[in-house]
Amino acid sequence: MKIDRRSFLSFLIGGAAGTTLSPLTWKLMDDSAIWTQMWPWTPVPEDGEASYVNSACSLCSGGCGITVRKIDDRAVKIEGMKGHPLNNGGLCILGLSGLQLLYGPTRVWTPLKRVGKRGRGRWEKISWKGAVSEVAETLGDLRKKGQSHTAGIISGSDRGTVPRLFDRFLTVYGSPNLMRTSSIIDSYELTLHLMQGVQALPGFDFENADFILSFGSGIVDGWGSPVRMFRANSTWCNTGGKVVQIEPRLSNTAAKSDKWIPINPGTETALALGIAHVIIKESLYDAEFINYYSEGFEDWKRFVLDEYGPDSVATITGIDSATIIALASSFARASKPLAICGRGQGTTPGSLNECTAVHALNALVGNINKKGGIFAVAEPDYINWPEVEMDARAAVGMQKDRLDGAGSKKYPFSRHLLNRLPQAINSGEKYPLKALFVAGANPLYTMSDSKAVKKAFDKVPFVVSFSSYMDETAQNADLILPNHAYLERYEDIPTPAGMPKPVIGLSRPVVKPLFNTKHTGDVIILLAKAMGGNIADAFAWNSYDECLKETLGYKWRVMVEKGFWSHPDFFVQTHEESFDTVSGKFEFAPKETGSLKQFKPVKIEGDKTNYPLLLIPYDSIRLANGVVGDPPFVMKSVDDTVLKGTDVFIELNPKTAGEHGLREGQLAMLSTPVGKARVKVHLFDGIMPGLVALPRGLGHTAFDDYLAGKGINFNELIGPVEDSVSGLDAAWGIRVKLAKA
Amino acid sequence: MKHKKAKKYGMVINLDKCTGCGSCMVACMAENNVPFRKDESDKLLSITWMRVYKLTNGKPFPNTDICYLPRPCMHCEGQHEGHSPCVTVCPAVATDYNIETGIVSQIYTRCFGCRYCMASCPYKARYFNWWDPVWPDGMEKYLSPNVSPRMRGVVEKCSFCFHRYQMAKEKAFMEGRRKLKEDEYQTACTQACPAGAITFGDLNNPNHAVYRMVKPDPKHHGRPTNPNAFRLLERLGTNPKVYYLSSREWVRRVGDNYLKNESIAKKTVHQG
Repeated sequence: MKIDRRSFLSFLIGGAAGTTLSPLTWKLMDDSAIWTQMWPWTPVPEDGEASYVNSACSLCSGGCGITVRKIDDRAVKIEGMKGHPLNNGGLCILGLSGLQLLYGPTRVWTPLKRVGKRGRGRWEKISWKGAVSEVAETLGDLRKKGQSHTAGIISGSDRGTVPRLFDRFLTVYGSPNLMRTSSIIDSYELTLHLMQGVQALPGFDFENADFILSFGSGIVDGWGSPVRMFRANSTWCNTGGKVVQIEPRLSNTAAKSDKWIPINPGTETALALGIAHVIIKESLYDAEFINYYSEGFEDWKRFVLDEYGPDSVATITGIDSATIIALASSFARASKPLAICGRGQGTTPGSLNECTAVHALNALVGNINKKGGIFAVAEPDYINWPEVEMDARAAVGMQKDRLDGAGSKKYPFSRHLLNRLPQAINSGEKYPLKALFVAGANPLYTMSDSKAVKKAFDKVPFVVSFSSYMDETAQNADLILPNHAYLERYEDIPTPAGMPKPVIGLSRPVVKPLFNTKHTGDVIILLAKAMGGNIADAFAWNSYDECLKETLGYKWRVMVEKGFWSHPDFFVQTHEESFDTVSGKFEFAPKETGSLKQFKPVKIEGDKTNYPLLLIPYDSIRLANGVVGDPPFVMKSVDDTVLKGTDVFIELNPKTAGEHGLREGQLAMLSTPVGKARVKVHLFDGIMPGLVALPRGLGHTAFDDYLAGKGINFNELIGPVEDSVSGLDAAWGIRVKLAKA
Repeated sequence: MKHKKAKKYGMVINLDKCTGCGSCMVACMAENNVPFRKDESDKLLSITWMRVYKLTNGKPFPNTDICYLPRPCMHCEGQHEGHSPCVTVCPAVATDYNIETGIVSQIYTRCFGCRYCMASCPYKARYFNWWDPVWPDGMEKYLSPNVSPRMRGVVEKCSFCFHRYQMAKEKAFMEGRRKLKEDEYQTACTQACPAGAITFGDLNNPNHAVYRMVKPDPKHHGRPTNPNAFRLLERLGTNPKVYYLSSREWVRRVGDNYLKNESIAKKTVHQG
C-alpha cells in the first residue's frame, strides 16, 4: 500500500481524534494511578481493638503522665495524660516520639558479652543466668580480696526504688561509691543545706509567682520538668506574670520573656549581688522576714553595700546601672517575685556562690516556703525498708573515702561529685576503680571532656551497662544487661525536682517486653541472691514487682487507678519550723563556707591571647542531650540552621563573623584547650559579639543512623572546672579560637 | 439553611504562647504515619505537615527578637467556598473541599503526583513523596491503622486529623447524638501543645473559643476583626482557616508581603 500525503494526514488526524474521544486513554491513566498503588510497597497497618493505658514517661526526669493508645497489642501513639498535675494533656517532643525508641533499632535485645577489644562492637549473646553469675563472681572476688570499695555505680538518679536498690546493694556489699549524674539540683541541695540547714530538694511555686527573675534558666528550653514549665509560661501570659531573662544569647526563653537582659557570661553572681544592693539600699526588702527569721544579714548587708553598687556591677556585667536599679525595684515590688538559676536545661551545677546569691534574693523578698516562692521539699518517705545488716567486710568498705571526693575534708558538704571521677581514676591518687555499673546514665556522652572520660573508662577493668539502648556507654562496656524499655516495665517515678508538691508517677508496662530483657530491679535482686550471705538477706523480695508493691503500700492502688499519687494533705511549713541551721534561722552568710558571699568569677579554661572568643553551649528542647538522644522524629524537627547534613552550625554575631572574615554557611575550625571541631557558621543577631554558641545533644557516636555521626558533642570541647566550695562542675563555657577551615 | 448547619473547622495559634518546642510537629508525625529518612536536613524534601518556622525581626544585637510560627495546611476557603488554590488545579480530584466541615482533603489513591497543587499552594503546606517510606525493622509496629501510609509519587498534607473527626462522629452516633461537643474533635497538634497555644474548633459557632478569639468577619470571608489576629498572606484572598494571634506588630507584618514603608493593610484585595 502506498502512503501518500493525504492518507498519512488522515491517519494522523483520525488517530488523534480517536484517541481523544475514546475513553481508553483516560481509563488507562486512571487505572495506572490505581494500579501502581495496589502493590504492598507500603505497609498496611493492621486494624484491631483500640485501648488506652496510663503510664509515666521516664525519658527525662520531668515525670510527665502519659496515655498510650494501643491497637490490639501494639502501641501506636503516646499522648499526654489529661488531669495529670504536671503536664495535664501536654507532652514534649521527646515524649511524643517515645515509640520510636521502644520499637527502634537501637534496643539491646539480649544480654551481651564483649568479644575482642572494648568498643569494637563485637558481642556474643549470653544467658541471663550466665550474665548474673559472671557479675556475682567478679564482685565476689573483689570482696574476698578486701577491695569491695573499688566497685562503683554511676546512676542517673538517687531517688526512687531502683536507684535505692542499687544503693542498698552497694552498702551491704561494702562500697561508698554510688555516684549520681550531676545537675543544678546538686547546687540547690547544697544551698538549701547551707542556708536553711535542711536536706531537701528545691520546689518552685511557678504557677503562683508573678515575677520570674531567671539567671539564664531555659524556662521554655527544657529546664526543670519541661512541660510543667511550658504550662507555667502560658499561665503568666494569661495572668500578666512577668519574666525577665538574663543571659548573653537570645534563647527561646529570652524571646518569650517580657524583658531580655544580655549579660557578660559568667557574671550572674555579681548582678544578683548588685540587685541585692539596690533592694537593701532602698529598703525594699521584707523586713519581717529579715528581722525575725534570718541570721548574718548585717554582715552580708555591709559587704553588699560596700562592694556591689550599681556602677561597679555595671562594669562587671555590661548591664547599665539604670537597668539594674529598675530591675531590682520591679523584682522587689512584685507581689510574688521568684529568682531562679541553672543555665539552659540546668545540666551543669554551676558555681555555688551563684546559687546562694540568687537564693539570697528570694530571702530578701521573703518568699521562702511561701505561696509563689521557693520551697524546701523533703523527700516523700515512701521507701521504708528494714536497715541492712552489714558484715565486717562491708563495714570496712563503707568506711573508705569516696573516690569522687564527695564528703571529704575538701568538699564536706557535697554528696555526689561525678565530675571529679575521671580525674580521680586517671591520676590513680586514691585507689583504682575495678568494677563499674552504669544505670540510667550515659556518662561517655554526657560528661564533659569526653577524651578524659573515655581514658578513665578504659582503666576500669569491668564495666557493666544496664541500658535498654546501645548508647555510647553500652558500646564501651564489657557486659550489657539490658533493662526493659520504659514502656515495658513497672517503676516508680519520684517527684521531679522543682515541684513544690510531691507527685509520684507510676510507669507501667504498656506492651509486653519485646526482647530478652530483664528489669534492672530484678537483676539487682538476682545478683544479691547469687552473692549469698548478708547481701542476699538484705533483699528478701522474690521480684522487683513484689518489692515495688510492698514499698508503695496503700499508694499502689491509687497509682494503678490514677497513674500517679499526689500528697493529699500537703501543707506549707511556717518560718518557725523551716530552718534547721544552728541559729534556727535563714543564714545569709553560712559560716561553713567562709568566702562564699563574694563574687569570684569562675576561672574558665584558656587564655585570651590564644583563644580570643568565648564558647558557650545552648540547649534546645528539640535536641535531647541526656540518657537518650533524639529519635528520628525529633531529628526531623531540627532546623537547617542548626544541622545540615552532618555539619553542625555555630551561632555567631555578624559583627564577630565580620572580624574573622566568616560568612553564613562557611566552614570554620573551632579549637579550645580541650578539643577541635569542624563547624559551619550561622549568623545570628541574637548572640552577644565575641561569643560562639554550639548546641548540646549532637555528635553521638552511638544510637541509630538517624542520629549518629551528625554534628559535634559539646562535651568534646569543654572540661570541668571545680567549684572551690562544692567541688561541682562550675564551667559555663571555655575560651575558643575560630579560623576558616 | 444548609449553610447554617455546616461547620467550618479552623485553628487559632497564639504566637505569644508558642515556644517553638516542636511538639506539634512530632505529634502530627506520630498521629499520621509520616515517614522519615536518615537525613532530614534538606527541608525541601522533609515531609512535615506541621512545620514550625523561626521568624526574626532582623534587628542587630541587642534589639533582636525571634518568634516561632507553626504552619499546618491553611485549609483555604478561597473567594467562594471550595475555591482553594490547590483544589481548583487538581486534575484528578485527589484534593477536595468538604462543604460540611471546611476541610481540604487529600485522597492518596487518586493522586498521580503531577504536583500542580504544590505549585499553587502559597503556604508550601504540601509535600511530595520522592521515595517510598521505609521504617527500620520492627518500627512499623507503631503505625496507626487510622491513616494509610503513603507511597512514592503522591502528594500529602495536613488533614486537620480528619480521621479524628470521623472517629468522633462515629462515637457520637453510637451514643445517639448528632452534635459533636467542642472538645470531642481536636487535632493531634492541638492536643499535644504543652503551651496550650493552639485552639481548634468551629469558626461558624459564636460559642466556640476560636470564634471568640478572632471574631471572624463573615462579610469579608472571615477576616479577623481582633486587631492582634492575622492570617498568612491575607491579601492573596485565599481566606485561610488558620489564624494567628500576636501582640507584636513586627510579627503581624511578617505574615504578609508588605512594602518597606507600607502600614498593615486595612482591607483585602479581592481577585477573581
